[in-house]
Amino acid sequence: MMIEALIGVALLGALVTFLAPNRIAGKLAFAISLVPAALSLWMFTAFDGSGNALLDGELAFESQLEWIQLADYSISWFVGLDGISLPLVVLTTVLTSLAIMSSWTPIDERESQFYGLVLFIEANLIGVFTALDFFVWFIFWEAVLIPMYLLIGIWGGPRRKYAAIKFFVYTNVASLVMFGAFIALVFGLDVSSFALPEITDAMLNGGPDGFLGVDGTTLASVVFVAMFLGFAVKVPIVPFHTWLPDAHVEAPTPASVLLAGVLLKMGTYALLRFNFTMFPTEIIEPFVIPIATIAVISVIYGAMLALAQTDLKRIVAYSSVSSMGYVILGLIAFTQFGVGGATFQMVSHGLISGLMFMAVGVIYNATHTRMVTDMSGMADRMPVAVGILIAGAFGYMGLPLMSGFAAEYFIFFGAFGSDLLTYAPIFTALAMFGIVIVAGYLLFALQRAVFGPYHLETDYEVSRAPLHDVAPMFVLLGLIIALGVAPDLIFEMITDAVDPLLESATGGEL
Amino acid sequence: MAVFDLPAWAGLAPALILAGTAIFLFLLDSLSRRSMSREILAGTATAGALASLGVAVWFTVAGVGAPGMENGHGVITLFDGGNAFVGDGLFVVDQLALFFMIIVAVVTALVAVASYDYMDGHAHQAEYYSLLVLAATGMSLMAAANSLVTIFIALELASLPSYALVSILKDNRGSVEGGLKYFLIGAVSSAIFLYGISLVYGATGVMQLDLIADELAGGDVDPYGGLLGLGILMLIGGFAFKTASVPFHFWAPEAYEGAPAPISAFLSSASKAAGFVIAFRVFTTAFPLEITGDVIGVDWTLAFIVLAIVTMTVGNFAAATQQNVKRMLAYSSIGHAGYALIGLAGLTADGGELVMGAAMMHLLVYGFMNTGAFLFVALAEYWGVGRTFEDYNGLARQAPLACVALAVFMFSLAGIPPFGGFWSKYFLFTGALEAGLLVVAAALVVNSALSLYYYSRLVKAVWIEDPVVDRDSLGQPTGLYAAIIFAAVMTVLLLPGFGPVVDVAIDAAAAII
Repeated sequence: MMIEALIGVALLGALVTFLAPNRIAGKLAFAISLVPAALSLWMFTAFDGSGNALLDGELAFESQLEWIQLADYSISWFVGLDGISLPLVVLTTVLTSLAIMSSWTPIDERESQFYGLVLFIEANLIGVFTALDFFVWFIFWEAVLIPMYLLIGIWGGPRRKYAAIKFFVYTNVASLVMFGAFIALVFGLDVSSFALPEITDAMLNGGPDGFLGVDGTTLASVVFVAMFLGFAVKVPIVPFHTWLPDAHVEAPTPASVLLAGVLLKMGTYALLRFNFTMFPTEIIEPFVIPIATIAVISVIYGAMLALAQTDLKRIVAYSSVSSMGYVILGLIAFTQFGVGGATFQMVSHGLISGLMFMAVGVIYNATHTRMVTDMSGMADRMPVAVGILIAGAFGYMGLPLMSGFAAEYFIFFGAFGSDLLTYAPIFTALAMFGIVIVAGYLLFALQRAVFGPYHLETDYEVSRAPLHDVAPMFVLLGLIIALGVAPDLIFEMITDAVDPLLESATGGEL
Repeated sequence: MAVFDLPAWAGLAPALILAGTAIFLFLLDSLSRRSMSREILAGTATAGALASLGVAVWFTVAGVGAPGMENGHGVITLFDGGNAFVGDGLFVVDQLALFFMIIVAVVTALVAVASYDYMDGHAHQAEYYSLLVLAATGMSLMAAANSLVTIFIALELASLPSYALVSILKDNRGSVEGGLKYFLIGAVSSAIFLYGISLVYGATGVMQLDLIADELAGGDVDPYGGLLGLGILMLIGGFAFKTASVPFHFWAPEAYEGAPAPISAFLSSASKAAGFVIAFRVFTTAFPLEITGDVIGVDWTLAFIVLAIVTMTVGNFAAATQQNVKRMLAYSSIGHAGYALIGLAGLTADGGELVMGAAMMHLLVYGFMNTGAFLFVALAEYWGVGRTFEDYNGLARQAPLACVALAVFMFSLAGIPPFGGFWSKYFLFTGALEAGLLVVAAALVVNSALSLYYYSRLVKAVWIEDPVVDRDSLGQPTGLYAAIIFAAVMTVLLLPGFGPVVDVAIDAAAAII
């Protein structure tokens, strides 16, 4: 019942916060969010990763409850954790707490509604990462959209309405495509429930029989593509990334933190859970080269776009496109280090991008501008916040002893030795070039914004940020360094979960 | 469950309680016209509806109407004189009837509670509530009617009070106009329906639904295929009117817009559901497809397939272009009639009970989410904020709780998780797929995607847009708030609690097909 407790506390907390007066909503939401954070950390220590999500064996904290029986199919409340989902759940709960604290300064109207929505998102995100029945998963997956739409639409920047609608329409249409495809797949399979383990088992042992006159292999291939497209929008990868910079730039800082930190991981997590471990390698094989190409393009193109920006927040936003490209590359490599590294990168990027958005948010609160061209010499006025920004940038660039380095190293190592991906070394080498551009745009931006003489002309007093703005960033920095120094804190449990999945998908030829 | 055995006529208790309540309200009014308070009137109407609901739920749980159960727990038939003319009885209380009695009672209770505030200061309080409950009685009887005669009488019992209710705001031009339009089209439809009945009677020589099926199976009707076909077509016209389906939908936007908003909620939810239960019963019991198809030479589900697609498309496209919130909801309710028609369109297939069950579930969820949406409009009218989307801008600043409820209704109507509307639309979708109606399934998905546009527009207006004008702080009428919040809570709770609903609906559908 631990997972239910996590979700339940967040949901109930959302309701309580929503009804609370604005004055205390921020502190109240923070206090409530500490409960799931503490619970998930306890689960982290008590975790037993011997079971596996999509294969035999019982998962950690698993619970299954009959829900709806319709004709030949049953839908059940089915949740559990394995080594892939647990780090993401912890990331969600911790990042939510920190995001709430970091919004005490910037959010100054309709607070109780804001914090209520943030807690509501948290509950749904935990649901996405723990659900093992397609319907439970899909309900959480879609339910994330509504609060995010409102967060961007109500508290966002000047173009918030456009950004909110674009975000909603893009991701909802993608979800519909994915949903339809998956239902068709289940109809074609010989299964009696929507439980992911059962569907995976059926997929890996025989595949679908066909549906509505389409033969099984074609159906599986079409579904693979449709689901990939559905998740690709969420990730997002080029060319489906255009909603992301809009949403990011307009969203209020805490929403950006959650959006980049956790929401994007929904896409990559779903790719890992559905596309890359549910389908046998025969189905995946024809798409390996195109997907790897898209991944490399995302890395390079995302980085180039970031290079061209002058808005600090946009730079961080576009860099997510590039970082998510690495994740896709790691996934498609289909090796222990590739897939494991991709999962590690999800966590790492969640921490680093969260940190970066918070730092940019703090600077924006103080200066009321995000334009790199307007800023100069911020280091003198806001030494702590700027110091953290620089540290975060180094993490992004993949400096050793920070989590970004470990993640990228795993991915490149895994991709380089991929059996599935032909010309793996070439793809890897191209993707590695992305690091150079990343370093380029980050150093370029920092050099212009942070160093040099101070000349910002504002009516505001630009001064040091208050402690509650800086404290969450220190926590994140600590986690980034901890994971960089000792990747095995989570990498071991990730590979424990990844290995059997790869083994079953490749028929034991890992 | 039953502690003691009840006589057979007690099976109609949900409808009888409503009838009794209506008469009691008349009596109350005539006893002391001046001292009569709104509290007592609204309270009585609500209590009657809740009692009816309680009994219907109790019957369902106790197994009344479940086929194959003995000792008064099974299907109850009434007025079966044992002669060849009335066959299995003029009324039948089965699971299907009880399911729809529940929907009618729920909506009536919600509307009665909400009317307490909405009708504040209105001259004809007692008349309003008794007409409301009387119309509900008619709808409840429609659910149980088992003969073309009783169906027609129940239909008129539901319709006549509805005409009056729509135009009860006598000083309001829209209300009177809407009522007049509703009445005229209603009268024409009744005539068509009645003509259809006479044609069916002419072809078969019987009125009772089971007997019609027997006659068809007997083969005597074969020479009158054309006559029967025409009759069936006219019956479909009658249902199309009652359910506001294309091409008999023209009255709906005007009537819903002009009527007091709680009455719009009542008509678009309960009255529509009642129309559907008749269609379900008539077309499954009286005109079994395999026989009727041979006699009239056409598969009548074809008509419903076309009707379903056209209705949902027309409704959704028209809704998307509206500037007036109430009209938008009116057109969207036409669209939802199109979704529910899938239940009739898919009866042909093996999984017919799935499709019909899905349509029933959709009507139940719709009873909460659509009623709630119209009650929010009632709340806005109570506040006097105006009727267009712009007028609704920024309402969430002053009434966040009601606006949360509105967002729940809108996203649920659009079929987005985590609300009840997601399940019912999903089941309709899979039902259509299982029945092989690919085009219908595709139309459902496309229309749902389109509907998100105008539903989210209302959410955007109240939550995201800034108010155009400065408003004074808005009141919080207890009755309206209670009804809206309850409807919203139910719309959410129907997601986790859908299991029993699925069982009841599928069983009821399977029993009648």
